Amino acid sequence: MGFALALEEAGIPTVPVSTLPFARLAKATAKSGGIPTLRNCYVPQPVVGRTAGELRAYIEGVDPVLKQPFMQGVLDGLTKPLTEEDLKDATYVRETPRFLEPDTEANLHQLFLENHWTDQLPIFLPTEERVEAMLKGTSHAPDKIVGSMRPTAFREAWAFDVEKVAINAVMAGARPEYLPVILALMASGVSARSSSTTSWATISIVNGPIRNEIGMNSGIGAMGPYNHANTTIGRAYCLASQNVQGGSVPGDTYMGSVGSNWNYTACFPENEENSPWAPFHVDQGFAPTDSTVSVFFGGWYTQSGFGPRETWKEKFIRCLTAADHYSPPLIVMDPIVAEAFKDMGYTKQTLIEWCAENAKMPARNYWDDQWVTTLVKPHAIAGMEPYASRLKAAPDEMVNLYRPEDINIVVMGGGTQGAFKMISGRYKGIGPGTADRKDPTVRVDDWR
Amino acid sequence: MADKITVLDPRGYPPKVVGKRLANRQMSLDGKVLYLIDALFDNADVFMEQLRLWFAENMPSVETRIIRAKESWKDDPELRARVVADGDVAIIGVGL
Repeated sequence: MGFALALEEAGIPTVPVSTLPFARLAKATAKSGGIPTLRNCYVPQPVVGRTAGELRAYIEGVDPVLKQPFMQGVLDGLTKPLTEEDLKDATYVRETPRFLEPDTEANLHQLFLENHWTDQLPIFLPTEERVEAMLKGTSHAPDKIVGSMRPTAFREAWAFDVEKVAINAVMAGARPEYLPVILALMASGVSARSSSTTSWATISIVNGPIRNEIGMNSGIGAMGPYNHANTTIGRAYCLASQNVQGGSVPGDTYMGSVGSNWNYTACFPENEENSPWAPFHVDQGFAPTDSTVSVFFGGWYTQSGFGPRETWKEKFIRCLTAADHYSPPLIVMDPIVAEAFKDMGYTKQTLIEWCAENAKMPARNYWDDQWVTTLVKPHAIAGMEPYASRLKAAPDEMVNLYRPEDINIVVMGGGTQGAFKMISGRYKGIGPGTADRKDPTVRVDDWR
Repeated sequence: MADKITVLDPRGYPPKVVGKRLANRQMSLDGKVLYLIDALFDNADVFMEQLRLWFAENMPSVETRIIRAKESWKDDPELRARVVADGDVAIIGVGL
């Protein structure tokens, strides 16, 4: 849509074509892009998987939104003179008030639900007293701008300050001492409420002394609903993301087809005390005494297993190749698993290198993927390595799925079982079709 | 009757929207160069090829050129410059 808006601005009459489910989103994007009368046309969903003949029938058929022949809409859109409506100044200012209109508690709860400001679970209403108490968790002024956030790359970014984060932290049930962690997560600029059709989520890992200062749980059930700090920090990040970015409403500002349970809460501390390896944030160049949050954009899949058993290599290869490679794995290991790998002579880095070296599939399978076709292939055609080489490979040739820098390992869990999980989660770098994320680890100490 | 309370608004601060204008239209596409821009979503290339064939069969005086964007949802200044330099109109799809 951004491309269509830019072409119009440059003097080229342009008709963007979308499928029916995206009609509201297309309209909203055009409006916020400054051209509300952009001449969109629509075809039925889906386009994926349809034959040339079926797509030709779309072209010769009826636009499901405009209720007229599709090509009539296209030709009119390209040639019909501008109307008075087209020539109106589309500049406008939107303001969000600091306070909502006073109302009863019951009515305000209903208002928050109806406006999609919650995750549909009960919230604490953000009264002035509660927000003031929350703000005592940081030394920063309430009106200090933390950053901006958007639901996806082509949408507008909304700004937010410390108070907005505190309001959402109150709603999530967080305590003031958690606020620096929540502020650091929000300062990453990575939304925990992506609008992508791929139902992304953002998984975050906490490292350093703050974990124990606020009582986070990195042991038994760390990823489950058993710890107040883990749960409410993750929930606050999710609620704040959806509200400060301008919404996460299905059909408008959220298009994830099947959705993701990681969108409720997904913030966990590393079990540094029981890991045989350096903590994750130390690998990234931070001091052990620094407190940090690291964000992993993914949540698309989860593979699980035990190990390392006798056939662990086959199991790992099955998991790594079953993972959708455009969203590389964050490997979460119970301390038992990490210790066993260490006893086998692996460091974290050599194990990552083994994974990158051995996760392969035929080029035919690699390229037969909707996301790879859409977002990776153009980079491969443009010559970007290693994707260009993968594109040159013969259909049966085995190609590597990951670079070592794509894969990360974090130790977590209570030692009751030698369990591991491989969770979709891109940490750093450009990743074809994804934003170039340079600073996905943020110091919590900067937000105390 | 229940007491009324005051709460804070959880939403962020939206940017000012600066209005832009649609490009002026010409009444006819005869002899014009139409860029068909493949927005990269899966099968969009097949859709654009069908659009090209439709114009060839129904409006042969329109010269069509299919091109592919680098990213499926972003402005592409290099490609935009090419369309502006030697194109008259464009269709982009399928996607956003």
